[in-house]
Amino acid sequence: MTETFSFNAESLDKVKFELSKYPEDRKQSSVMSLLDIAQRQNGGWLSKSAIEHVASHLEMPYIKVYEIVTFYSMYYTTPVGKYFVQVCTTTPCWLKGSDEVVKACKEIISEKQNELSNDGLFSWMEVECLGACVNAPLVQINDDFYEDLNYENTKNVLQSFIDGNLSPIGSQIGRKGSRAEEYVKS
Amino acid sequence: MAKIKVDGTEIEVRDDMTILQACEEAGREIPRFCYHDRLSIAGNCRMCLVDVEGSPKPVASCAMPVNEGMSIHTNTQKVKKAREGVMEFLLINHPLDCPVCDQGGECDLQDQTVAYGSGKSRFDLNKRSVEEKYMGPLIKTYMTRCIHCTRCIRFSEEVAGVEEIGAVNRGENMEITTYLEKSIDSEMSANVIDLCPVGALTSKPYQFEARPWELKKTETIDVMDAVGSNIRVDTYGWKVKRILPRLNEDINEEWISDKSRYACDGLLNQRLDTPYVRHDGNLNATDWNDALNECLSFMKNHKPDEIAFLVGDFIDLETSYLIKQLSESLNIKKIECRQEGVRLPYSDRSQYLFNSTINGIEESDCILIIGSNVREEAPIINTRIRKHLLNKNIPIGLIGEKFDLTFDYEHLGNDLNILKSISDGENNFCKILDKAKKPMIIIGQSVLSRDDSLNAYSLIEDIVHQYSFLDSSWNGVNTLQLSASRIGALDMGCYQSSRSLKDIYADAENGSLKLLFSFGADEIDYSKFQNTKIIYMGSHGDRGASNSDLILPSAAYTEKDAIYINTEGRLQYAYQASFPPSEAKTDWKIINQISEMLNLNWGFVTLDDVRKKIKNQYPDLFNQVSADRPYKRLLANKASKISFDNKEIGSMIKDFYLTDSISRLSKTMAECSQIRKELRNGKAI
Repeated sequence: MTETFSFNAESLDKVKFELSKYPEDRKQSSVMSLLDIAQRQNGGWLSKSAIEHVASHLEMPYIKVYEIVTFYSMYYTTPVGKYFVQVCTTTPCWLKGSDEVVKACKEIISEKQNELSNDGLFSWMEVECLGACVNAPLVQINDDFYEDLNYENTKNVLQSFIDGNLSPIGSQIGRKGSRAEEYVKS
Repeated sequence: MAKIKVDGTEIEVRDDMTILQACEEAGREIPRFCYHDRLSIAGNCRMCLVDVEGSPKPVASCAMPVNEGMSIHTNTQKVKKAREGVMEFLLINHPLDCPVCDQGGECDLQDQTVAYGSGKSRFDLNKRSVEEKYMGPLIKTYMTRCIHCTRCIRFSEEVAGVEEIGAVNRGENMEITTYLEKSIDSEMSANVIDLCPVGALTSKPYQFEARPWELKKTETIDVMDAVGSNIRVDTYGWKVKRILPRLNEDINEEWISDKSRYACDGLLNQRLDTPYVRHDGNLNATDWNDALNECLSFMKNHKPDEIAFLVGDFIDLETSYLIKQLSESLNIKKIECRQEGVRLPYSDRSQYLFNSTINGIEESDCILIIGSNVREEAPIINTRIRKHLLNKNIPIGLIGEKFDLTFDYEHLGNDLNILKSISDGENNFCKILDKAKKPMIIIGQSVLSRDDSLNAYSLIEDIVHQYSFLDSSWNGVNTLQLSASRIGALDMGCYQSSRSLKDIYADAENGSLKLLFSFGADEIDYSKFQNTKIIYMGSHGDRGASNSDLILPSAAYTEKDAIYINTEGRLQYAYQASFPPSEAKTDWKIINQISEMLNLNWGFVTLDDVRKKIKNQYPDLFNQVSADRPYKRLLANKASKISFDNKEIGSMIKDFYLTDSISRLSKTMAECSQIRKELRNGKAI
């Protein structure tokens, strides 16, 4: 399979902005931003040609960029779904029932992590703490958090992506910010 | 200078030293894995911990600079315990496979485990295992053994200049690999094998061949290029098992090129082990008596001007001397060692030496390269230029074909007329040369072997005298030779003053040349000698032998004591590591025997006799080399109105891995050459 990647016009604007932050001879400093831009343009993951394109754009050896891609957990080197679900399973989420969230993902998306769903819309993976423990358990879908989940409303959230009328982001039980739970009912 | 105390003893060291270097100065040995004197400091193995008074925790001595008044302890209980802790962590994931590991017996980890390792492991979980990586035909990987010192990464980035090795993933999952497991595209790549402190990167051709303690080690000189790298040849019985670099700060530091290291398997193939004579078109084995009688009758049947002597690439100084003596005794004028076809009428050593010396590269402040792919012609010199460039960002210009030299340079163009514009002061590079105090010029053989080389050389001499290439303490004129024998043969006078190899070709084609005596000359075009009788003396059945009418088998470079003079003019002694196969004889003895049969009365009994004679006749050769050797102008006239019709400069080396009779017969080199071709054609392996 030969796929090619190059920045489109929209990405190039962003690239230009990122490059403007650094002196010309230090443009390699922007490698992480450029990889992110490339990853977004490429549907959430970095292909071989995307990595090489960023490397040549910054005049860096391929291996140096590849090192960065593999070092950081937010760059993906295999295809992900259009909606990429990251389920937090670290202790606070786990205590609050993240196993149920995982179960919902397995049912709706796929049995295994990092595998595209049949319709190609989703993939999911377990991740370490997403840093919103107060509203545990939660998932991150692309750039947004969906919090206060259980088996039922996880399924609803995922279904809403299939149906195309997206659930509101944030708490799924109507909590405002990170207020204590008793305020939700009143 | 800073005054510090190491284990209670006061010592004064340079301010810019690290604690580790200071401790070494004080005679203390600090264990280390990641630190290496010729690489940048990484500080990631933590083995070099020492105790510094006032510091609550042990300090990684390789990365910590010394401070005035520091008091360092290297042998306290605290230090020992800290190192034992580090060792235990390193060994957690290191397999216990020393008995089947090629590094066994010369392994830093093994040695240091003896000093700091615990007798048993407290780790009862599964050890990590890592898949083997492909790094090319020379480097065998066994990545489970890797302790992530990153020496190989730093070497490829800093010394070899090819950023192809890296560490992917992180933490416990970190793995060393090349990008998408491609072969490393470098002439220096196999040095990572020596650098690897464990058995993660080992030598593929030497895999499971021998144990270090059963090998006989001979310290000698490499002949694969004109640099004369210092090597150690390890032999098991007759066979050369491997070749390793030997430290010589003046030449190769501690690196050698892949060809120097791995062409040695060519020593086992296609050896000429007995004399051969051609009868009815076929080469038949014979004995020495027959062969030498045949040789004499060949020579007696022809007049001196119908005979030509060609001196090949591996001929040592003593043999060159005897060849020259033989030619003079027989009044043979056609004697040539410059297989590239150089025509210049050399009159002084300085005209064909690398005068600035290899160490001198690090003093120069500007380098102009003319028609030389230094990376392939002399990888060691290229590495030194790169090192200097990284330390002091000096300007480098190149005239000639554009090569990837692993460093940045200004490509002035592939046009000999640029020489004219520089000598006229019209080129932009002149401004740089004007400012330079110790500029160097490196002249490649691709310029000197041209038919119009006299014109080119006179322009070069103009440039040299116009800028500060020459003064009382600096000689910046450098000719880069390509073969180990060349300087020695030129010094012995094995060349025709105003003719070249091409004239010998012409003689052969018009029939005035009847007999060619080829002393290991394999780089010439034998198709020109269709109607010429050929006597070939050499070690390998390559181009020369297959075209000859008489073969005199001789020793290869690992099989004789010999003197070689490198491109700087540095005279070095090579020592015998193994024996010539079967009937083959040492080169000088063959020629000596011919002289005895001709009743020339040279009176040489031992090699030492020859050496004494050379020393009497050419005492200068035995002097130390230095960059203040005066340059003697070769061409008297100042160049005027020169222009070049055929202005492009080609390249001398078509294939780095296959340049001579030994490397052409080496399986490893053939594989390297094949893989490089595929890499460069974009077909990744």
